[in-house]
Amino acid sequence: MIKLLHRIFPHPHLTILLTLVWMLLANSPSLNSLVFGLLLGIIIPFITQPYWPDRPKLRNWPMVVEYMLVVLWDIVMANITVARIILFKRDADRRPAFVSVPLELRTPEAITVLAGTITMTPGTVSCDLSAQGHNLLVHCLDAPNPEEVRDEIKRRYERRLKEIFE
Amino acid sequence: MEFLFQLLIAFFLIVSGIFGFVGSFGMIKLKDPMSRLHAPTKATTLGVGGVLLASIAHSVLIEGKLSLHELLITLFLFLTAPITALFIAKWHIHRHEKPSDLPDAGEDELWATHAVEQVEDVPDHSAN
Repeated sequence: MIKLLHRIFPHPHLTILLTLVWMLLANSPSLNSLVFGLLLGIIIPFITQPYWPDRPKLRNWPMVVEYMLVVLWDIVMANITVARIILFKRDADRRPAFVSVPLELRTPEAITVLAGTITMTPGTVSCDLSAQGHNLLVHCLDAPNPEEVRDEIKRRYERRLKEIFE
Repeated sequence: MEFLFQLLIAFFLIVSGIFGFVGSFGMIKLKDPMSRLHAPTKATTLGVGGVLLASIAHSVLIEGKLSLHELLITLFLFLTAPITALFIAKWHIHRHEKPSDLPDAGEDELWATHAVEQVEDVPDHSAN
């Protein structure tokens, strides 16, 4: 029975998420859009199942909320920092640098979220993974001290993602 | 009261305008391609975020109905912007950076872009 349910709902979270996204797209909370959203939420995970065989487990929901708040706060603060660099710092004083961040995360989903977070927080862009996925290459707009950037990423984001995914 | 609401909405719009401008200005001012890549990722965060907040505030406070469409735009931007940035960055590494220019990749020795070049024997374009 449970196996059958697993076959029909390979990603239960994705089903809920897709339904929610459809409801938001329709922009009016009606039974009509709920039913259609649920339909999409069941069909899409079922069809795409072969391309996403693993089921990532989120272990720590309060940490998910904390992570989102930390990232939002960092985006606002980093925006101001970067705006100051662009407007007031002479180009010659800027120290752009590649930084290599050794990863402790092993789940592909967790690494994806980390790379996306690094790109979305202004001032850093994640550029590449090492051949076996053990290191992340990050480009910094202005990093007089690359070790500091690396430690900050590990402390603020990777530690929390480790608690969420692993 | 309506005046206060309008003030709030105007504030969000101005913030987004400023950051959108700084992002575009950065594209002109910054000289190397990797640094230029930082400008568009910034315009999509606070620049677009401000407009979206203003839009939500307008529909809730002035039109009196809840509209959460805007959250979806944020979600889609957060999903797509890093992918574009990664594509451009990988292109740059592929064409303009040698393995010796980049920091140490640790135990894996090579970054993925260069490792693929070695496996598939892609011709080296970095010389021209």
